[in-house]
Amino acid sequence: MKVKQVAVFLENKSGRLAEISHCLAEAGINIRALSLADTTDFGILRIVADDTDKAQRVLKEKGFTVGITDLVAVAAEDRPGGLDKILQAVTKAGLNVEYMYAFTQVSGKTGMMLFRFEQTDAAVTALQAAGIKVLSGSEVHAL
Amino acid sequence: MIWNEKQETMPREELELVQLRRLQAQVERVYATVPYYRQKMDDAGVAPGDIKTLADIRLLPFTTKEDLRKNYPFGLFTVPLERVVRIHASSGTTGQPTVVGYTKRDIGMWAEMMARSLTAAGVNRGDIVHNAYGYGLFTGGLGAHYGAEEIGCAVIPISGGNSKRQITIMRDFGSTVLLSTPSYALNLADTMAEMGIDPADLKLRVGVFGAEPWSEEMRRELEKRLKIKAIDIYGLSEVLGPGVAIECVEEQRGLHIMEDHFLAEIVDRDTFAPLPVGEAGELVFTTLTKEAFPVIRYRTKDISHLIADVCTCGRTFYRMPKVTGRTDDMLIIRGVNVFPSQIEEVLMKIEGVEPHYQIMVEREGSLDSIEVQVEVSEEIFSDEIKVLEGISSKIKNDIKDLLGISAKIKLVEPKTIQRSEGKAKRVFDNRKL
Repeated sequence: MKVKQVAVFLENKSGRLAEISHCLAEAGINIRALSLADTTDFGILRIVADDTDKAQRVLKEKGFTVGITDLVAVAAEDRPGGLDKILQAVTKAGLNVEYMYAFTQVSGKTGMMLFRFEQTDAAVTALQAAGIKVLSGSEVHAL
Repeated sequence: MIWNEKQETMPREELELVQLRRLQAQVERVYATVPYYRQKMDDAGVAPGDIKTLADIRLLPFTTKEDLRKNYPFGLFTVPLERVVRIHASSGTTGQPTVVGYTKRDIGMWAEMMARSLTAAGVNRGDIVHNAYGYGLFTGGLGAHYGAEEIGCAVIPISGGNSKRQITIMRDFGSTVLLSTPSYALNLADTMAEMGIDPADLKLRVGVFGAEPWSEEMRRELEKRLKIKAIDIYGLSEVLGPGVAIECVEEQRGLHIMEDHFLAEIVDRDTFAPLPVGEAGELVFTTLTKEAFPVIRYRTKDISHLIADVCTCGRTFYRMPKVTGRTDDMLIIRGVNVFPSQIEEVLMKIEGVEPHYQIMVEREGSLDSIEVQVEVSEEIFSDEIKVLEGISSKIKNDIKDLLGISAKIKLVEPKTIQRSEGKAKRVFDNRKL
């Protein structure tokens, strides 16, 4: 029930982001979701791709520092209160969120939340117990 | 193994007699043949006949790099050029290059010093010596080459650069000994990893590294990554080139100075007064047997001290601890003295931090600031900002604790710090002093 994320280290230099997108484009990799965290000196680009292994390989070949992390993907109803329902469950279960990002599917029926929990497995169990729909990795990568 | 048992294990009293006899002859010859030295000695009111004991060496004036520059190119040679068979020179990056010459006998003596050094490092006849020191005006390449040949090793004169090819040759030829700067050895270790070559599958057994200051942490890193014994060698072109002092493989603790050919003194860094054995200061060398280019009390700017304890290897020569800094490289940051090797030591103690670093020094207004750039390896990388910031602040705190300076830490992408092909350039001092 986990989604693989590719994280890439980036110095704050102009053009670096475009080099990554170009590298992925050339390899024919589709980006499902993406988020950029940044500080004054560096950034971390987080990507969920259709082919995690290939994305990791091509970026490493280009000399980037790459790491793979497990995320938990949760479907949220695409209406007011959809996110709140999930976060209430997270709070109730006492789960620690390192970061999260969201995207909406083209179909427009559901939104999707990607969570980086401190304890991934415990989070999956707790969310499922609370009746939240946790998406499988293959569902997300193959969207 | 000891190359020249008789000389290298000579009883101290006997050694000192040899030194005195050679010193007297050297001073006499220099006074008689080089007007510049004669003038300096006359100005100091000392004549060759005043050197009656080894301690009298303190009467003689020092020689500095400045003296060498003033006499560019051949002014301090004591023999006519017809007797000179080799000329080397420093790169001259910090000014006029300094030029040194060797007679045929000097080259023979140098080969012996290198043969002694390599033997102390555990190198024997039959070894395949991969000599990645630069061949050319730099003394490293040819200096090491002649010593390895003297022993009867098969020398691969590969020089520096083109790392992938070096490793292919190392593998195909079965190199057992690597001679290079420590920073270049690190570059080779990285390249092996990139090529998917496991150093354990190579025949490398020992590395003899010199020509730049390096820390104990760097030694451990090189030994671990290349699966070798890493031995420190010391030398400088003004005195000889490589082979002035060497660590023995038995102890790897302190470098034995070839005292029958080089007289070592330690002097106070500020007053230049001679210091007793054991006290740290600037290393000063007087050559005792060199013909073409002898130096009298040459100030090396290297900081070290002398160790008189007898070594388990049997050599009676005094040792000097690994030189980890030169007064030239010393940075003064807001009044605190810092050697780049100290920063290296802090970095390498942190698990996962790559030994590739750069130090940028700037002056903003009247304040100095120092930035240490460190590459982010996969080992320390995380998808979480707080983890990376934690590493930055750990480095910052460790530098503060150990060196007492506040440095800005900048994490940079891998391979963005230039790799060494010979002597590494790690400090960029952009202050307009």
